[in-house]
Amino acid sequence: MHYMFLIYNCEDRPAHGDPRFEEILKRVNAFADECRNRGVFVAGDPLKPVSTATTVRVKEGKAVLTDGPFAETHEHLGGYYLLNCRDLDEALELAEMIPQAQFGATIEVRPVDHIPGLNHGVA
Amino acid sequence: MSDLASAAVERVYREHRTRMLAALVRALGDFELAEDALQEACSQALRKWPRSQVPDDPFAWLLTVARNHALDRLRHAQMARTKLPEPPAPATMTEKQLIDLGDERLSLIFTCCHPALNEEARLALTLQAVAGFTAAQIARTFLVAEPALAQRLVRAKRKIRDAGITFEVPADHLLPERRQGVLTVIYLIFTRGYTTADADLRHEALRLGKLVAALMPDEPEAHGLVALMLLHDSRSAARMTPEGDVVLLDEQDRTLWDVEEIAEGMTLLDRALRFGTAGPYVLHAVIAALHVQDPVDWTRITALYAELLAVAPTPVIELNHAVAVAMADGPDAGLKLIDGITGLDDYHLLHSARADLLRRLDRRDDAVAAYRRAHELAVSPADRRFLAGRLHSLEDS
Repeated sequence: MHYMFLIYNCEDRPAHGDPRFEEILKRVNAFADECRNRGVFVAGDPLKPVSTATTVRVKEGKAVLTDGPFAETHEHLGGYYLLNCRDLDEALELAEMIPQAQFGATIEVRPVDHIPGLNHGVA
Repeated sequence: MSDLASAAVERVYREHRTRMLAALVRALGDFELAEDALQEACSQALRKWPRSQVPDDPFAWLLTVARNHALDRLRHAQMARTKLPEPPAPATMTEKQLIDLGDERLSLIFTCCHPALNEEARLALTLQAVAGFTAAQIARTFLVAEPALAQRLVRAKRKIRDAGITFEVPADHLLPERRQGVLTVIYLIFTRGYTTADADLRHEALRLGKLVAALMPDEPEAHGLVALMLLHDSRSAARMTPEGDVVLLDEQDRTLWDVEEIAEGMTLLDRALRFGTAGPYVLHAVIAALHVQDPVDWTRITALYAELLAVAPTPVIELNHAVAVAMADGPDAGLKLIDGITGLDDYHLLHSARADLLRRLDRRDDAVAAYRRAHELAVSPADRRFLAGRLHSLEDS
């Protein structure tokens, strides 16, 4: 079963050159290795800060753009993993291991839905 | 014949409901579908058994009918929609496999108590799926409206189905924590029955605890929990007057204690202690056992609370420890500890314990103030009457 791991509240990302950068990079890469070893890794990426977000709504057929994120909350989406886990127990176990979680991020785990007839295959 | 048949249906249902439901959840992978199917099988039995014969194996008959009914429903649902990406799980289990399934009740309990469900959902689901309570009964127990409770149950069952919560006894590395989670749910059901003086609920918690202890015979904490519940339950008749007023331990009529429950609790506690390591429920049970001795050995109780504080520290245990210290070493020592507790400012028992110690230290005004605070915070009518009584006798003195 595919699970989406939404990583919130990890805006404080050390810059390249910061002594913490190497340390965190090592841990993030080790986590990705663990996922690949288990055969669960599908995808995972960090997102640029929410200051780069543009929100699009369509009103009366026209796109209305907002400079900024969708929700005015303090907890912003900072990155994600998409992992193919055996069950929720494995997903929760991996969520706990996500390095960002050790630095105060909150991980929301959501199963990916299956909709009959949906064609999302890669061309 | 008709009466005989319905009595037969009722008997099989009463004795095997949980087991049948567990087998069907295993086979179908869906709580709601399993429950509906079992209901349907029972109503078919009520219609058919009077006209033919009660089958030789009513358990297998009901399971087979329930499964076939569920498969029919799934097939209809599938025809109505486009093809599902995965074949439905039930297709993979034959009738014989279903009937030959071992006891799946433990999987059922672990699934109902999964930590990805919120605590209220865990309690409600355990009461419904494992104990067989109706939604109306559970709603009454927790003082919530029935539609809200029904909604809570549906949400929990769909989360189990859709989020990939497996119907299994957890893997070894997760087992100790999950086991503790199951015991917590059962104990919360018991304490709910204890604080609301609901004997049926307490006895249901005892039945659940005994089931879990029987299914996990090598788990000392399960035996410890049952012992603890038995020892508390044994004093039920003495801890309230017929008018519903609180009677404190040292004023209780010991002839009202249930000696059989005490004996059963002590036997189980012995068994739990033979495992060597004592977890929180075993320690609590030892403390409860010391409370039914005469005289009560407060020094040992103090030491046991200190041990509990080392393994599972909570402010409530700190409070119990402080009260035990007051009994063993005098009110002064107890009061010092109570005044060092943080996080229980809104807990009426902290203020009533404090008030009692202040009263014993002849600090009348402070005691009155503490009883007033406790009275403000107490919710149950019995507690409020008790505290009002204390307050009056102090103000009159």
